[in-house]
Amino acid sequence: MGVVTAISIWILPCLIGFVLVYASLKRVQTYEEFVEGGKEGFSIAISIIPYLVGMLVAIAVFRASGAMEFMIHLIKPSLSAIGIPSEVAPLALIRPISGTGALAMTSDLIATYGPDSFIGRLASTMQGSTDTTLYILTVYFGAVGIRKMGNALKVGLLADLVGIICAIVVVTLVF
Amino acid sequence: MVNLIWAFMFIFGIVFAAINGTMDEVNKVLFTSAQEAVTICLGLISILVFWLGLMNVAKKAGLLDKLTGLFRPAVSRLFPEIPKNDPAMGYILSNMVANLFGLGNAATPMGIKAMEEMKRLNGGKSEASRSMITFLAINTSSLTLIPTTVIAIRMNYGSASPTEIVSTTIIATTCSTLSAILIDRFFHSRTLKKRRI
Repeated sequence: MGVVTAISIWILPCLIGFVLVYASLKRVQTYEEFVEGGKEGFSIAISIIPYLVGMLVAIAVFRASGAMEFMIHLIKPSLSAIGIPSEVAPLALIRPISGTGALAMTSDLIATYGPDSFIGRLASTMQGSTDTTLYILTVYFGAVGIRKMGNALKVGLLADLVGIICAIVVVTLVF
Repeated sequence: MVNLIWAFMFIFGIVFAAINGTMDEVNKVLFTSAQEAVTICLGLISILVFWLGLMNVAKKAGLLDKLTGLFRPAVSRLFPEIPKNDPAMGYILSNMVANLFGLGNAATPMGIKAMEEMKRLNGGKSEASRSMITFLAINTSSLTLIPTTVIAIRMNYGSASPTEIVSTTIIATTCSTLSAILIDRFFHSRTLKKRRI
């Protein structure tokens, strides 16, 4: 654990230091170039606002109404049929839609069943090996103004499903 | 498809709230979640400004080109549409590297730059190009090597070995990224077939 923590604390400062030393040796006007590149960040963040507001409000309405819970309840049996334990089924469904929701659910599963239980390990692995597909699509496509997503959503969601199944298989095999 | 899912979440949510008697909650989150979304975007400003600034320094120093050169053989197969020495490749690689180390905050600005460059390559169309879809497929399947947040949660709940899930996460993430690439290829070839007919 010590090594992992150390790496994650050291890596960013070292990276920044390396870039600046290298750039200075190459006689790059570091500060001026930093400001020039940074300017873009502002407009990008602002341009994402409508995309994210639209998506997050829809997800919030869907959750607050109880509709999401209802859907999860409805799909649970078919998920159990392909081997997804019913305890983690809600996590599997919420993971692509809401990052904070999934994180809360993972903490909850770990708190209820214990971090070193099968469910706890499975939830941890699922949380780490998948990502919030809808959020990533919204931010990345939103930032550059892509409106027609093509197959991106389908591919992302299918990959999530495979990721969840992989997590179950791997956790079952390893522990 | 995204239009359908988006409208569905609203419509089904509102209808469900009417039946379920949760209209009160729906009303509340309408405003709080919109505010939350803006807060997230404003929070992104600091991250985007800092990392895009640093990226620009790295680019001017030629570091981005170096990185591209190092991994070009592997990654150019994944993105056949992108010319070998295009800046897009450098940003894609920086995004992947940042993701691998779990630096989500640093990865997003690089991912957005990569998307910008891919949009330029696609003639500025508002339609997702093939390489954009591949890039997002890889991104959404999560490339994390060290899931720091999960490790932290496990520590909080007194796990005997908080990091034991690192190995399973790496295996699962490798499988899911590989399948994401395969699924992406499958859909791409299907689109091509449709166009030919």
